[in-house]
Amino acid sequence: MRNTVLSALLLVMALWGGPALAVNPDEMLDDPALEQRARDLSAEIRCVVCQNQSIDDSNAQLAKDLRLLVRERLQEGDSDQEVLDYLVERYGEFVLMKPRFAPHTWLLWAGGPLILLVGAAVIFIGLRRRRKQISEGLVPPPLSAKEKQELEDLFKEE
Amino acid sequence: MIIEIGHYALVLALVASLVQSVFPVWGALRHDQRMMAVAPPLANAQFVLVLIAFAALTHAYLTSDFSVLNVIENSHSDKPLIYKISGVWGNHEGSILLWVLILVLFGALVSMFSRNLPQQLRAATLGAQGWVSFAFLVFVVFSSNPFLRVAQPPMEGRDLNPMLQDIGLAIHPPLLYVGYVGFSIVFSFAIAALIIGRIDAAWARWVRPWVLVSWVFLTLGIAMGSYWAYYELGWGGWWFWDPVENASFMPWLTGTALLHSAIVMEKRDALKVWTIFLALLTFSLSLLGTFLVRSGVLTSVHAFAVDPERGLFILGILMVFVGGSLSIFAWRAPLLKQGGLFAPVSREGALVLNNLFLTTATAAVFFGTLYPLVLEAMTGEKISVGPPFFNLTFGPLMVPVLLMMPFGQLLAWKRGDLWGVTQRLALAFGMTLVAMMLLAWFMGGQNILAALGFGISFWVIFGALWEIVDRIKPHKVGWSKAMHRFVGLPRTVFATALGHLGVGLTALGIVTVSAYETETVLTMQPGQTRDVAGYSITYDRTWDQRGPNFVERVAEFTLRQDGMVIDSMYPSKRVYNASGRPMTEAALHTEGFSQIYISMGDNTADGGLVTRVYYKPLITLIWIGALVMSLGGLIALLDRKLHVGAPQPARKSATARARAASTPAE
Repeated sequence: MRNTVLSALLLVMALWGGPALAVNPDEMLDDPALEQRARDLSAEIRCVVCQNQSIDDSNAQLAKDLRLLVRERLQEGDSDQEVLDYLVERYGEFVLMKPRFAPHTWLLWAGGPLILLVGAAVIFIGLRRRRKQISEGLVPPPLSAKEKQELEDLFKEE
Repeated sequence: MIIEIGHYALVLALVASLVQSVFPVWGALRHDQRMMAVAPPLANAQFVLVLIAFAALTHAYLTSDFSVLNVIENSHSDKPLIYKISGVWGNHEGSILLWVLILVLFGALVSMFSRNLPQQLRAATLGAQGWVSFAFLVFVVFSSNPFLRVAQPPMEGRDLNPMLQDIGLAIHPPLLYVGYVGFSIVFSFAIAALIIGRIDAAWARWVRPWVLVSWVFLTLGIAMGSYWAYYELGWGGWWFWDPVENASFMPWLTGTALLHSAIVMEKRDALKVWTIFLALLTFSLSLLGTFLVRSGVLTSVHAFAVDPERGLFILGILMVFVGGSLSIFAWRAPLLKQGGLFAPVSREGALVLNNLFLTTATAAVFFGTLYPLVLEAMTGEKISVGPPFFNLTFGPLMVPVLLMMPFGQLLAWKRGDLWGVTQRLALAFGMTLVAMMLLAWFMGGQNILAALGFGISFWVIFGALWEIVDRIKPHKVGWSKAMHRFVGLPRTVFATALGHLGVGLTALGIVTVSAYETETVLTMQPGQTRDVAGYSITYDRTWDQRGPNFVERVAEFTLRQDGMVIDSMYPSKRVYNASGRPMTEAALHTEGFSQIYISMGDNTADGGLVTRVYYKPLITLIWIGALVMSLGGLIALLDRKLHVGAPQPARKSATARARAASTPAE
């Protein structure tokens, strides 16, 4: 019996007093175009108290506040960039899901492309060196089509 | 008593692993038969001992033995049986124990299934495996011991994190760990080859089955985790670029590269040094993943351990193994002889490009995952790296990979004829165009990018299947002869086709759901109906009910199409009794490959219910694709004695040669 009461209590607490789940209908703007902008923008803003969630996905109170703030700014005519700048000013760069391209993130953004270039260069140089070795007779050249055919024939005879 | 037996067995296993780390390698270097011979029995003994330890802990969970600290913290007597079992690895200590269990299982498998290996290689491999298991057994025994008792046992446990009380997450860790840990064997093989200083195509043949097994399980584990996140987290996302996901995705990417470069090594004796490097890299990334998830350096659902001492311990293991293996590599790799030559346009060339892009993609994920951690540690600056970054840096790298796949499948070894292959692919290209336009039209698409995405996906799909058509040539030899050829095709051809087909299906699912999913968020009153994507969805009622260890509020929705009732859907919200934590359970309706996804929000003051309805077109293809890929891997595994994936003009003699070449290995 005690257990039932406890459960009921928990249910009441959790379902009525609990946090709202992500975007709620009462937060939404009437203008669908503006609302879509708010949604797209929200996906790029981190809920700073959450674990790797955008404010669009999060059900934390702070995320809700930020969602309302974003919509408020948009209604006042801010551009997307202005909204982001405003949030960075208040919460730091941590709030951006896509970090800015600045000296402290150069390596982050350039890391992948750099590896691609280095890898391509290594492959290219390796191929050229191989070809040079072949032309200088350091390594036997690959079989010609005729030689290959002869080899195949030899195997067939076996 | 049983707990103490488990504890004792664990310590014995630690001792066995120490012996295994020293003598077999020493013996391999000095050609001492007796020292090399201790490796297999030790590997088997370690497996039995750790199995006893694991069974003892499982017993404590099943009997709800609340004198064991680990059980108190992660179990509850009301918990359903399956979650009592999965609770064993649903916590830090237990999951590391499972990690070690799988590690020593692989060691035992090597000792059992590799009698045909040269004794030196086998001993050195098991020795290197001993280093890994020693490091992790020290970690378990000294800083993550699950067998500690408490002086005054409580009446009841604190229950498992409700998020983990789900069938998906019950089997996700074991799958993932088999993948992660399986690469340790490949790592040990690479270390052994470097120590012995000899490597050849036969090495690749021995390693391939282990790469395949690990890759198949890692694929399944990642797909499982993704599907779990999709239906459990309640907002219908299936991939979040969360560091924990990236931790498993990085070894998957390099593992995929390894799978392909090992084929080149086996078939053509080329790319040897690179393949060794990939083997070391893949397991290093598995260790990195273990570090990220287990050390608590990330704050995320998976990182339960908040004790920094443990984090430092795993970081130590990580640095010793990565640093050590790279040092051995730098020292010994120059001794390895370069093998076969090939022209830039050839199957080898295509696989080199595949490796280049997969490795770069890994680097992009690596930078995105670790950069914020390193930056914060070095400068104190906090930045976030989220999905927009990864979509921008990772996505474009996949486009060339997908475009190249059908070509790579058909190009000949050594020197390929690109124009000839293009001609052979003409029909597949035509089919791709038709399918792309049909789907784009069907989706009502003005979306050019999505249409291009469809095109790339279909290109991979038809290209993958085309190889089979190209080999049996029904249009030239007639259907009956073609069927005969079809049956006679080497299994590896099907493996490649299915592997690539799976990639195409996953890509198609990703493109479609990214471009055309819809989300409807609204407050519904009982009896109210809303149309979403051609369905009418009626909210009927809500009620409360009790589960075994939770209470829940369930909502009933009726799904109609053209006035006909086609399904009833029951999303719910739960509160777990012991922890008081709320969870949402989404309701799914699958139609073809698409899904309707309903997630329940709060009740409003006027008796309404906040409802989220998503239409997810073709979303199940994402996971079906992963299943198809795994099936391809499985088929390749069943056929490992045959030559892999090469179009050979004289297949009979090629097979005969393969047999001749593999004789010494048997």
